[in-house]
Amino acid sequence: MAFTAGVITFPGSNCDRDMAVAIEAVSGKPAARIWHGDAALPDRIDFIAVPGGFSYGDYLRSGAMAAKSPIMRAVAEAAGRGVPVLGVCNGFQVLTETGLLPGALMRNAGIHFVCREVPLVVGNNQSLFTAKYEAGQEIVIPVAHHDGNYYADDAMLDRLEGEGRVVFRYVENPNGSARDIAGVLNDAGNVLGMMPHPERMIEPAHGGTDGRALFESVFEGLSVA
Amino acid sequence: MKVNVHVSLKPGVLDPQGRAIHHALEGLGFAGVNDVRAGRLIELDVADDTSDAALDDMCRKLLANMVIENYRIEKVG
Repeated sequence: MAFTAGVITFPGSNCDRDMAVAIEAVSGKPAARIWHGDAALPDRIDFIAVPGGFSYGDYLRSGAMAAKSPIMRAVAEAAGRGVPVLGVCNGFQVLTETGLLPGALMRNAGIHFVCREVPLVVGNNQSLFTAKYEAGQEIVIPVAHHDGNYYADDAMLDRLEGEGRVVFRYVENPNGSARDIAGVLNDAGNVLGMMPHPERMIEPAHGGTDGRALFESVFEGLSVA
Repeated sequence: MKVNVHVSLKPGVLDPQGRAIHHALEGLGFAGVNDVRAGRLIELDVADDTSDAALDDMCRKLLANMVIENYRIEKVG
């Protein structure tokens, strides 16, 4: 069936190709590459990925400049219609700066850039993005970031937990994130932001395949995989 | 008109950079530094008829992230 996934590229994105390769590997269909200055998404868009990297050199705050780019208005509009949106790493930062996800990502509590594989626990396997995981399953996905320290006020954190919107948690918190949060959903459940990189764990040659089920979850949910 | 926008982390929000600076000051032998919070100064040169509301809007939409930061607008001439 017809299926169009899109990967947004900003100046300074560097995981956009990896994301496109992962989407094609799982869905069997090439992803559209979308430039930040484009005002519109393709006419048909079923899944949008906002990739990792250092958009605009992390000027002002990570993700702040990208969040104001023309294409993000179109992404926000699509998200409002229910199109699934995945933001990874810098993409997560962009989505919080856009207001599509609550909270903010601050400098790692330990100051250092953290680049390593980390164990995660699947906190909720009832979501669009996690249906193919087991509840409580432990998976290993790499992180590579300087600003991954998730912050939201206590009321928002309580709400995220109460509504099952914390879909991934760190087993060993690498960055100081509140309540070990590694990935959160928006209230409608169609936007996920996460610091770890599932697109880097798709094939055995990557050292693991724990990221694959995330893409399978979304694509099976859309009946394309 | 020259306007300085001071952006600072909200009270209670952990400031890893401030803490690292604090440690570095102590490492240099400066005693009696109780706390350090790091912020950002943004210097704007705007048209003289720029309204306070527009300056507020600039801060809220871009210059500060209202989830974690406060801002203070200072007109300096």
